[in-house]
Amino acid sequence: MIRVVLPAHLRTLAKVDGEVQLEVAEPVTQRSVLDALEARYPALRGTIRDHVSQRRRPFVRFFACEQDLSHESPDAPLPEAVGTGAEPFLVIGAIAGGAAGGEIKP
Amino acid sequence: MSKVRVLVGTRKGAFVLTSDGKRETWDVAGPHFAGWEIYHLKGSPADPNRLYASQWSGWHGQVIERSNDGGKTWEPAGNKFVYDGVPGTHQWYDGTPRPWEFKRVWHLEPSLSDPDTVYAGVEDAAMFRSTDGGQNWHELPGLRGHGSGPRWQPGAGGLCLHTILIDPSNPDRIFIAISAAGAFRTEDGGKTWQPINRGLRSEYIPEPDAEVGHCVHRIAMHRSRPRTLFMQKHWDVMRSDDAGDNWREVSGNLPTDFGFAIDVHAQEPETIYVVPIKSDSEHFPPEGRLRVYRSRTGGNEWEALTNGLPQSDCYVNVLRDAMSVDSLDKCGVYFGTTGGQVYASADAGDTWKPIVRDLPAVLSVEVQTLA
Repeated sequence: MIRVVLPAHLRTLAKVDGEVQLEVAEPVTQRSVLDALEARYPALRGTIRDHVSQRRRPFVRFFACEQDLSHESPDAPLPEAVGTGAEPFLVIGAIAGGAAGGEIKP
Repeated sequence: MSKVRVLVGTRKGAFVLTSDGKRETWDVAGPHFAGWEIYHLKGSPADPNRLYASQWSGWHGQVIERSNDGGKTWEPAGNKFVYDGVPGTHQWYDGTPRPWEFKRVWHLEPSLSDPDTVYAGVEDAAMFRSTDGGQNWHELPGLRGHGSGPRWQPGAGGLCLHTILIDPSNPDRIFIAISAAGAFRTEDGGKTWQPINRGLRSEYIPEPDAEVGHCVHRIAMHRSRPRTLFMQKHWDVMRSDDAGDNWREVSGNLPTDFGFAIDVHAQEPETIYVVPIKSDSEHFPPEGRLRVYRSRTGGNEWEALTNGLPQSDCYVNVLRDAMSVDSLDKCGVYFGTTGGQVYASADAGDTWKPIVRDLPAVLSVEVQTLA
């Protein structure tokens, strides 16, 4: 069972409290985890990855096991501890996200 | 007894304000979608309990929300906005070409007759339509494709399609406006479009009376006279009586003709409202005095409405989607400010009171008059 921790805005959108647990087939990668997450919670489509390019949104980052995996290949295997459920896969909003993209509409 | 519902989009969530027809006491519900920027909410004229909301954040991009119970509960709808074909380029701020890129939905305009049909005005400027309650969105590509797209450029808020007006007498006729491209009209439900900017003059483009390039901030219409349009341009308040074919300036005695919002009285098609803002670089009321100006003559002759509005040290802005009217008698007029106040007048602007004073910056205000 894969554990995924979502930022507060996405927990609200997906209507979940706390961690999400997902069944993910091997190999466990960013792509397979996010595919499973979006299949379970369709409202999250487009909010972590671009709908078309499937690239990570610029103000979203991926952490696990105290490592920044944001710039790893989406098809690279995630750390074994994520695959076993010992450690969660963290979807994080960049600390600058709300301000840098949030100009008030004139 | 009649009821009024005011839908307020703010920089940090949505609020639903309700009152009875007296409009004296208000219930404030929210924030919905706390922490998200709510660019716009609007109800379906065909089913007032069907609401749509445009929800956006710098982290997670665009979400569309839908309510079937007047805003008590909400469900996410579809958020996939993909331009038709190869998007091409528009102008960047410095005039260099830049590829079209979807950023956010500025305005949602439900169909007049079908609760499941809704139009979306987006940045970078384009028009999308959903016919299944917001689940799936398809561009109306004739607008960007009509030929002038490479000459459109962003206004200060981006290259946004912010105004959508559907002609009540002919739903195939739709008016839209883009900052900074100008106004456009379709006569065939969005298949083909033509620019309608003759008479506009803008000193910030190389050819001041060009066919496109004008920073139109807002257009308003009275439903009984859909060929008469009122426009708040970047500078200048304008009027057309031939469905946008020709415009003439009606700024008259306004203290400044810069501004964002404009609207029309619900029962008097020649009574219009604007909120003059000092200038393009000083986005606050002249002299720090918040004044709505009303013309009962369709422009040119304006009177300041000040009773109940702050008349000193007021430096808020009123954004383009942040003014609306109800359809009660007397007409209620509402506007929100970047300081978080929502002001209401239950007597067509003669007197004003704040419904709420301390919301996040208000981005949009829409009013529903309910039976």
